[in-house]
Amino acid sequence: MTTAVRTTGRARPGRAVLAAETRLFLREPGSLFWVLAFPTLLLVVLGLVPGMTQPDDDLGGRSFVELYVPVSCLLAAIMAGAMALPTVVATYREQRILRRIATTPARAGHVLGAQVVLHGTAVALSVVVVLACARLVLGVALPAQLAGWGLAFLLALVAVLAVGGLVAGTAPSVRIATALGTAVFFPLMFTAGVWFPVSGMGGALRDVVAATPLGAAALALEQAQAGVWPDAVHLLVVAAWAVGLTAVAVRCFRWQ
Amino acid sequence: MALIEVRGLRKTYGRTVAVDSLDLDVDEGQVVGVLGPNGAGKTTTVECVAGLTRPDAGTVSLAGHVPWRDRGPVTRLLGVQLQSSGLPAKLTAREAVQMVAACHDDPVDPDELVDRLGLGPVAGTRYAKLSGGQQQRLAIATALVGRPRVVLLDELTTGLDPEARRRTWDLVRDVRDAGTTVVLVTHLMEEAQQLCDRITVVAGGRVVAEGTPDEVVAGRSAATTMSFLPTAALPSGALDGLPGVVGVRRAGDRVEVTGSDDGVRAVLRALTAHGVEPAGLRVAASTLDEAYLELVRTTSLSTAPASTAPVSTVAEESR
Repeated sequence: MTTAVRTTGRARPGRAVLAAETRLFLREPGSLFWVLAFPTLLLVVLGLVPGMTQPDDDLGGRSFVELYVPVSCLLAAIMAGAMALPTVVATYREQRILRRIATTPARAGHVLGAQVVLHGTAVALSVVVVLACARLVLGVALPAQLAGWGLAFLLALVAVLAVGGLVAGTAPSVRIATALGTAVFFPLMFTAGVWFPVSGMGGALRDVVAATPLGAAALALEQAQAGVWPDAVHLLVVAAWAVGLTAVAVRCFRWQ
Repeated sequence: MALIEVRGLRKTYGRTVAVDSLDLDVDEGQVVGVLGPNGAGKTTTVECVAGLTRPDAGTVSLAGHVPWRDRGPVTRLLGVQLQSSGLPAKLTAREAVQMVAACHDDPVDPDELVDRLGLGPVAGTRYAKLSGGQQQRLAIATALVGRPRVVLLDELTTGLDPEARRRTWDLVRDVRDAGTTVVLVTHLMEEAQQLCDRITVVAGGRVVAEGTPDEVVAGRSAATTMSFLPTAALPSGALDGLPGVVGVRRAGDRVEVTGSDDGVRAVLRALTAHGVEPAGLRVAASTLDEAYLELVRTTSLSTAPASTAPVSTVAEESR
């Protein structure tokens, strides 16, 4: 491969693509709502239900809302990774936009990278809003083990974005990408504990869910919330999924 | 060595042969037209030169680079306008041109280019809201904004009204005058005659004629068209089979004969022999249109059915 990289020029393909993609990202009110606003709204609405903010002995002395804080954060990651990102990328391929990009010095990889950066940033913002609202509106303390919490969440985010990348990279059309995204959406939500907290699941179900990326992440986040460094096994499960799914997504990705 | 050198290019899609042992040379600074009917293999050829398609056999060299391998250098010196490619629905015309401009070291001023292509009034309009002709002109703008050394234009003026077509042609002339090499895929003979220094006629995936527009016309057996009003009744078949005569037909009272220069003289001798004089005699060089039709017809008769299928459509849909 010839790499006659000119450093004197003004060409900034990666930056140019990111700038354009940022504009486009901000023009998708639907995605912005589901990723940035919905998780916080859901948490606040739950918090308004009487009793939800009361400590419960069945939940180990924690309130339901406290358990729901990490779940809401994972929900933001699911909305971005499984729903928003695959649709964008599949649309780009179906409408031959990746092909157009391929004729310029920008690479299709720049487009995918920009999507990952933008969706990742939106999720991070959403997490900040969820944690701030939980603290200020619902009186839930910030995660006591913040570093462990951040690490577990970051790994979970990578895993979910990789799921999205896998869907985006293999779906032959936008319709199929949306269908596949929805198909992985519900298992992801279930294992993240959207319907029932993972730590409250019993026996075999809990073991199975703890082996999934978001189930393990949910358990790790709960521990970090309570001030304990997450169990290595939970972190390793999430990390293994994150690395494995990313490798498969990169391998299976089809540009055209 | 030519700036673009294509040798023995072959590409099949399933059982359809899109391009078969095609050669093409484009020298720096030329405007070269690639002409041919739908399915002749034009688009496949251009996609191989652009490096978007990898041929099954043959070589392509673009300023010494292999287009599908050396993506960095190739995309820096090449501007491409393709029939089948889009832009994000919610990106405005100006933003699209700016984005591509920012990918290049020494781009043209995006706003100026947008104005030149008559897109000024819709510069702030999103791609999805542009008309087909405006989208087409935007594609041309994105192909030219990087000040490319070579520009590939596939069906440049399809979908444009006559006014926009003239403006686009002027722009292509300006680009050529600035030293840019242009490869123009078209099936409009007027476009080829107006813009091209050389043309290559492709049919059934092969080159069937190559040269300047005049040479391509002159090289045909029907290079000349003559017509006249016979002053007396001409025995039927009197002109058939004369050496150099390709076609004889009646257009009202007039007789129209196509053929070579020899054919013209043979007709005149035959008329004298029959005691008929050619009133209102007109002799003219055939147009590129006529030469093209003759070339394409003779090719489609002699090629296998497989290569007469609408291959470029197949090629696009298999993407």
